[in-house]
Amino acid sequence: MTAAGTTARTEIRPRRTGFVHDTVSIARRAIRQLPRDIAFIGPTLFIPLFFLVINVASLSEAAAFVDLGITYEEFQLPVAIVFAVTGVTRAGAMVLDIQNGYFDRLMTTPVSRRALLLGHMVADFVLVIALSVPVMILGFFMGARFDTGPLGVLVFILIGALWGLGYTGIPYAIALKTGNPGAVNSSFIIFFPFAFLTTAYLPAENLSGWLSTVSTYNPVTYVLGGLRSLFIGWDAAELGKALLATLALAAFTQTLSLLALRGRTSPK
Amino acid sequence: MFPFAARLAAMSTPHAAAVKTEGLRRTFGDFTAVDGIDLDVRPGEIYGFLGPNGAGKSTVVRMLTTLLEPTGGSAWVGGLDVVAQADDVRFSIGVALQEAGLDENMTGREILATQGRLFGLNRAEIADRIEQLAPILEMRALDQLVSSYSGGMARRLDLAAALMHNPSVLFLDEPTTGLDPPSRLRVWEEVRRLNREFGLTLFLTTQYLEEADELADRVGIINAGRIVAEGTPGELKRAIGTDVVTVVVDGDADAAKAVLEGIAGIEGVDVFGDEVRVGTENGSRALSPVAIALGSAGIKVRELSLRTPTLDDVFLDVTGTHLDAGSSAEGSST
Repeated sequence: MTAAGTTARTEIRPRRTGFVHDTVSIARRAIRQLPRDIAFIGPTLFIPLFFLVINVASLSEAAAFVDLGITYEEFQLPVAIVFAVTGVTRAGAMVLDIQNGYFDRLMTTPVSRRALLLGHMVADFVLVIALSVPVMILGFFMGARFDTGPLGVLVFILIGALWGLGYTGIPYAIALKTGNPGAVNSSFIIFFPFAFLTTAYLPAENLSGWLSTVSTYNPVTYVLGGLRSLFIGWDAAELGKALLATLALAAFTQTLSLLALRGRTSPK
Repeated sequence: MFPFAARLAAMSTPHAAAVKTEGLRRTFGDFTAVDGIDLDVRPGEIYGFLGPNGAGKSTVVRMLTTLLEPTGGSAWVGGLDVVAQADDVRFSIGVALQEAGLDENMTGREILATQGRLFGLNRAEIADRIEQLAPILEMRALDQLVSSYSGGMARRLDLAAALMHNPSVLFLDEPTTGLDPPSRLRVWEEVRRLNREFGLTLFLTTQYLEEADELADRVGIINAGRIVAEGTPGELKRAIGTDVVTVVVDGDADAAKAVLEGIAGIEGVDVFGDEVRVGTENGSRALSPVAIALGSAGIKVRELSLRTPTLDDVFLDVTGTHLDAGSSAEGSST
């Protein structure tokens, strides 16, 4: 062995890290990739902006006969936010990692296995916050106003982001279970019942029959209710229901994703 | 730091070899991919694991690198049990798997930095380590996305990433598969340098005979999940004979064998299809008697050649089949 070799072997020593350190490392990498993935971000941003404009333009006059308590623009802005943040995830990137072998590279390091998942979710959280901003700007431009002020706007964005984060458990579970990009992409279909069998277009009291029943059990109904309440004032009951619905969904989906992670990372 | 207790335990166990396995086995349902393999790789050694596609090489590597649990037997790397002490094992190994495990959406520097951070290196150490690994890397391309890299550049980056934390054992799973000859030669040179300068133990799988012959201190030949021969390339080839006369006949090869076994100086005759392979101490002296004996017996000879033994001859000797055509072509040049 040469002197250079000896120096190299004595200078660099790997050390144990911790869960938080590993999560930050994985998140840094995932966040750095976000601006490089325009093909993913472009359509993701287009959809909520499109729905906000189209829904308001096509339905606001018809909704004038319904007592919403807020303008139809304000009624639709939470729908656009939910569209902006739901299913927005780096699960597709994780599938690519699995396919190109980078996931195996990570698995041969001492990285915390849970950090592999949480690090991606931190990036998702950053992304949904970033995607919420242009939607909010469009909403303000169309006339939406918060009686709860800037803090209300912040809470509005955070509840939306938490909902989005809770939902990501589904695409991650599919990604880790299947390792198939097609399966992850098609997981967006699961969102349709959440998005449309709810109070997206009319308040709960104006829904009838089975749609009314389904919307009662749809957590999106309570998320939209909580978000809409922020236009009027601070309503602890509505906000509490929104958070509870978000946490209930998150508990279910994140359990699925953690089980899928365990299956994927188990060496059995 | 890599836990002192684990290092101490590693030193005090009877398995002080860099890589050791006893009856290592892996099944997938009814299929047995690895069937009771015993390995004993010494520290500082380049061990070549040679075999055709599907022989079980990658499965062995995945077990030794903690990616896959054995279904039978035991394995230690640096004296650490790959199942019970998997996390400790990961500190002492570097791994470059068959598919270069790189994210094309990252730059080379980002991949190395992420790898370093996961092993607890700080920013200064990461920068230092990248400088140390400069001979392997294409430094000009380090800040470019991996998607712009050639196959050889990507493979060298993969190698550098595996070395970021200064491991003591490096696993290379078919490191040159898919590379053009110049890139292959460059990887070979890096492998030699890593072993020579850093004293790294290298566990190298390959389906290329020439690669095993050129790089490995010792070679284990694996076929159908079992090690069928093991030794230095020289030892393995000497077991065949100093020279090999190969005869391809039209007709009964077994009859040709019977004829040739009677010639003085012939050490062994084996038949593989229409090919008769003759091991001898002095090939040039045996060539004429072989041709005359076959001609006298009325056996038509289609091809007659003389060469030194290759690892393909060893493989043929122990399995009855050649390695696949591509690898044989590579290997026959030796």
